[in-house]
Amino acid sequence: MIPKRDKQAIGQRFLQAFREAGAVEVAPDILLPADTLLDLYGEDIRARAYTSTDPLRGEVMLRPDFTVPVVQMHMAGGAEPARYCYLGEVFRKQDPGEERPANPRDNEYLQAGFELFAHDREADAEVFGLFHRLLTPYGLQAVTGDTGLLMDAVRALPLSNARRDALLHHLWRPRRFARLLARFSRPAEARVLPAPVAPWAGLRGEDEMQARIDRLLADRDAVPLDPAWNARLERLFAVRAPLPAALADLRGLVAEWPDLGSAVARIEDRLAMLSALGIVPGAILFDASHGRQTMEYYDGFTFSFVAQNRPDWPPVASGGRYDALTAVLGRGGRAIPAVGGIIRPGLVAELEAAR
Amino acid sequence: MIRLGVPSKGRLMEQTFDWFAARGVTLSRSGSDREYAGQVQGAEGVSLVLLSAGEIPRELAAGRIELGVTGTDLVREKLAGWRSDVAEIAPMGFGHADLILAVPECWRDCEDLDDFASIARDFRAAHGFRLRIATKYHRLVRAWLAHHEVADYQLVDSQGATEGTVANQTAEAVADITSSGETLRANNLKILGAEPILQSQATLFAHRAALGDVRPFLAQLGVAS
Repeated sequence: MIPKRDKQAIGQRFLQAFREAGAVEVAPDILLPADTLLDLYGEDIRARAYTSTDPLRGEVMLRPDFTVPVVQMHMAGGAEPARYCYLGEVFRKQDPGEERPANPRDNEYLQAGFELFAHDREADAEVFGLFHRLLTPYGLQAVTGDTGLLMDAVRALPLSNARRDALLHHLWRPRRFARLLARFSRPAEARVLPAPVAPWAGLRGEDEMQARIDRLLADRDAVPLDPAWNARLERLFAVRAPLPAALADLRGLVAEWPDLGSAVARIEDRLAMLSALGIVPGAILFDASHGRQTMEYYDGFTFSFVAQNRPDWPPVASGGRYDALTAVLGRGGRAIPAVGGIIRPGLVAELEAAR
Repeated sequence: MIRLGVPSKGRLMEQTFDWFAARGVTLSRSGSDREYAGQVQGAEGVSLVLLSAGEIPRELAAGRIELGVTGTDLVREKLAGWRSDVAEIAPMGFGHADLILAVPECWRDCEDLDDFASIARDFRAAHGFRLRIATKYHRLVRAWLAHHEVADYQLVDSQGATEGTVANQTAEAVADITSSGETLRANNLKILGAEPILQSQATLFAHRAALGDVRPFLAQLGVAS
């Protein structure tokens, strides 16, 4: 067992490095109002975050991550560009399902984080470059992805708007996505809906149902998606290789799928910026499906640093671009380009102790 | 001494007594109907503990009773990692109930979980908050919906009269236990999908660490551990 004080000390080292990179240190609350988090993450967060109730403030949660309070703080009064850093505990519970795990995961651990709100296109490379530099001594594997690429791919499918929106919405839920895709690939079935038998009840309006029924009726005429698109999507999701090789695969896809061109060009730009920072692109993995396993609001570049000899560990560091989150949190849909990440000093302490 | 926990009242208690009587063990409540003490005849070293059915899972997991009768729904809902603490010995053939998801009967466009997921997404876009499901089975319902990758919903706690929440507009759907479905129909709700979230019945459970101690008694009852 490594004393918490030692993990704190390592966290302070990262915090100092973030300050030197121009970040202002912030100290968000530990008890956060539950409603914002629930609205953002849905019921999943209730399975992962500790909830409590305050007689006046209602349901509160022990901070499950820093992103939400930092974004809220910035949106309340910050101006871009802005760089913030923080160090503190996050709390996550684990619902084991039917059997208790032999080694439960930590339910309280430190995160040292860096968040950048900026409109320049170098922001992704700045954040990744910083994390890469700080983590170089630990021999971790960097894995990157780009959710924007996947979203562009779905947007480019020859589908009705309704079908396309449904796929985009469920991009982060692979099985539901696959079910939808399979349905869109079959000839549409004419649905026979039961006759109305019961009086109307509940908050969902009859007009809402009618709108959906109209959509279902319109969908009956939809042309099934050509299986070639399924095969292309599968090829895209399966791209996983060192960055230069992955880019070659992606360029191959662009020949058949020209709408991927601008996303692939963004990834190429990023590679050039990383090279300019002295990072060897061949040492970085690109996994097209990386972003599908992360938070729903990562909608662009994503990254994680994993300890390859510790497959049971979560990533030692992770992050990405989350413009979508700022759009949801900014009332009125005001989105701010934002990219950031966290390091887990506790895991770094374990790596140092194992040396 | 083997402590056997049994629901302290109602049909569940009577049927449990009948089940044991059919296996040669007479359970009875001592004294008046108001007294929660019991007697065991026909088995050595077994004592009867009368408890609320809802507390039996917790007492079993803690090992304060070695055997207990309760619904599979309560064990799975109340005990995270239940298999690590509790062993399922024998389904008892009564107390059947299904945990189901039900929506308003008037939702003609909602026939399966795919419809439900799609409606939840529309509802959230139209109303600015997630579609509400009233339930007291939070863990089971959440795990089941997560398994089916349904998003855009939220659970609201309902400890009773759950079927009324839709008409009262405090929820759009309910997840509750039903045996005949009558209360659901009376409230203009319909069960969604072919498979329930969970099929529950009264079941004899054992505290896992006490399995060795209870084996002779289980053999006497004619059930294997």
